[in-house]
Amino acid sequence: MPEVRAATTEPIVRLTSVSVQYGKQWALRDVGVEFPPGAVGLLGPNGAGKSTMLKALLAFVKPDQGRMHVFGFDVARSPLEIRARIGYMPESDAHIPGMNAVSFVAYCGQLAGLPAVDAMQRAHEVLYYVGLGEARYRNIETYSSGMKQRIKLAQALVHDPDLLFLDEPTNGMDPKGREDMLELVRDLAHNKGVNLILSSHLLPDVEYTCDHVVVLNRGTVATAGPIETLKGRRGQVYELRIKGERAEFVEVLRQEGIDCHLTDEDVMRAFVPDGRGAQALFELASRHRVQVRHLKPSVPTLEDVFARALGEE
Amino acid sequence: MPIHDQSYRRYRGGKEKPGAAWVVIATAGIVSTIRKRKFLGLLLFAWLPFFIRAVQIYIASSYPQASMLKPTAQTFRDFLGQQQMFVFFITIYAGAGLIANDKRANALQIYLAKPLGRAEYVGGKLAILACFLLLVTWVPGILLLFVEMAFSGSATFIKSNLTLIPSITVFSFLSVLLASFTMIALSSLSKSSRFVGIMYAAVTFFSDANFEALRHVLRTTSISWMSVPALLEQMGDVIFRQPPRYDTPWPISLLVILALVGVSALVLERKVRGVEVVT
Repeated sequence: MPEVRAATTEPIVRLTSVSVQYGKQWALRDVGVEFPPGAVGLLGPNGAGKSTMLKALLAFVKPDQGRMHVFGFDVARSPLEIRARIGYMPESDAHIPGMNAVSFVAYCGQLAGLPAVDAMQRAHEVLYYVGLGEARYRNIETYSSGMKQRIKLAQALVHDPDLLFLDEPTNGMDPKGREDMLELVRDLAHNKGVNLILSSHLLPDVEYTCDHVVVLNRGTVATAGPIETLKGRRGQVYELRIKGERAEFVEVLRQEGIDCHLTDEDVMRAFVPDGRGAQALFELASRHRVQVRHLKPSVPTLEDVFARALGEE
Repeated sequence: MPIHDQSYRRYRGGKEKPGAAWVVIATAGIVSTIRKRKFLGLLLFAWLPFFIRAVQIYIASSYPQASMLKPTAQTFRDFLGQQQMFVFFITIYAGAGLIANDKRANALQIYLAKPLGRAEYVGGKLAILACFLLLVTWVPGILLLFVEMAFSGSATFIKSNLTLIPSITVFSFLSVLLASFTMIALSSLSKSSRFVGIMYAAVTFFSDANFEALRHVLRTTSISWMSVPALLEQMGDVIFRQPPRYDTPWPISLLVILALVGVSALVLERKVRGVEVVT
């Protein structure tokens, strides 16, 4: 039976006008956003400011302006109280040298305040949970990339945090490992009641594991909200492949009020407003002498939300 | 169907309040260092002078003909002076990797994402090194006093040298403070423990060689403050109420030691961070 934590609708993380500058470069610029309980994806291209936001919330980086609150605590004033309730899985490889997995995870538990015996017991439990049960007595330095990702998740979980920060958790994993990791993250969020913020540039990862999303672009919030709401706010979506100048046709569609963007495989995704349908696409194609080679109704995806948010930026 | 579902469970036990993590860091560091056989050998070797002094005290107490071997305050000063060589080697062996290895493995972000501050992290690392260094300075120094009392069968020596216990304590702690802080600061500057060890040795030898060269040119020892080993020698003489071996006023030597500790603390404040920002 899932162990669900005390339900609350209050935001667990709140940023108010937060700006972070590295030299002359703004990593975050006047960011104001709230993270509801549950699983929230922090989405954006590389360099959008996702990791900086997590590091600012952990008080690794001091914002040049603005306030941040986690569980109602001010990050600037009560970083230790906040970190006692947070588990952080960093993006880069990170471990404590010279330790095997179980010692490392137990040590992390003790650092987070668990008594030694409890920390060791929890270490065994979370290592089994993340799938490293059989390899728990091996030195971490001998682990593969995928195993190192799992051990980072284990150390973040050992003290039973109320909120997990996962920074690119599927980085460097093979397809099977990635699938397993996403399954773990989804299980934590949906069956174990752990709140989490998953920072990723991979749309499918966020779409599979999260209920809400915050899209960052160039240090600002491009869009935020429940994924279903963001996906469902437009009319019918069509996948379209044409013979002709794609970029020009995209422009034509946009001028006609049909939002459209190109994907990787020469496929255009067009958002036709309610009441117009596929006929509108054929008419426009005919008028501009473009041959439609493929037209298929589709469903809105997070990729559409992302493309639209970044397009508006 | 599995017999036992190895799933994630909530933790229902108690947690320590923030502030005790430095003990966890220190304990883990001490245990992992002492498990290394080479280091254990070095520690045992560092106790060799203690046993030699103990034999000296035994002979002086047992045989009136060997009265010239009787311990004085100078004996204890000399003993701690000899131990400085072991302080040097232990500092390099146990201290060089303390922060450098964590930086190499990106462990700082793991530590500092837990409920512990940077001061607590540094405190834990300092405690590891300080513990080993006190084990080869203060502990044998104080033990020697008890050995003297045991062999002579009276507390006459301690009573007539009442300042010895505070002298051993102050000198040991001063040398440990200087060695620990400078080594930890150097360790925070690099990801290579080997490089840190070389840097520490270079600073020690270069500062001393510089002083030795200049003292012959200038024909004065008032510049002994520029040598790290000479700083401690000068302070050791003053603390044990022996005639100072250099012309440098002791407050200057003390000030330089405190300045080195201060600079080390400043370096640690800048370099021990969850994320290193390069702009």
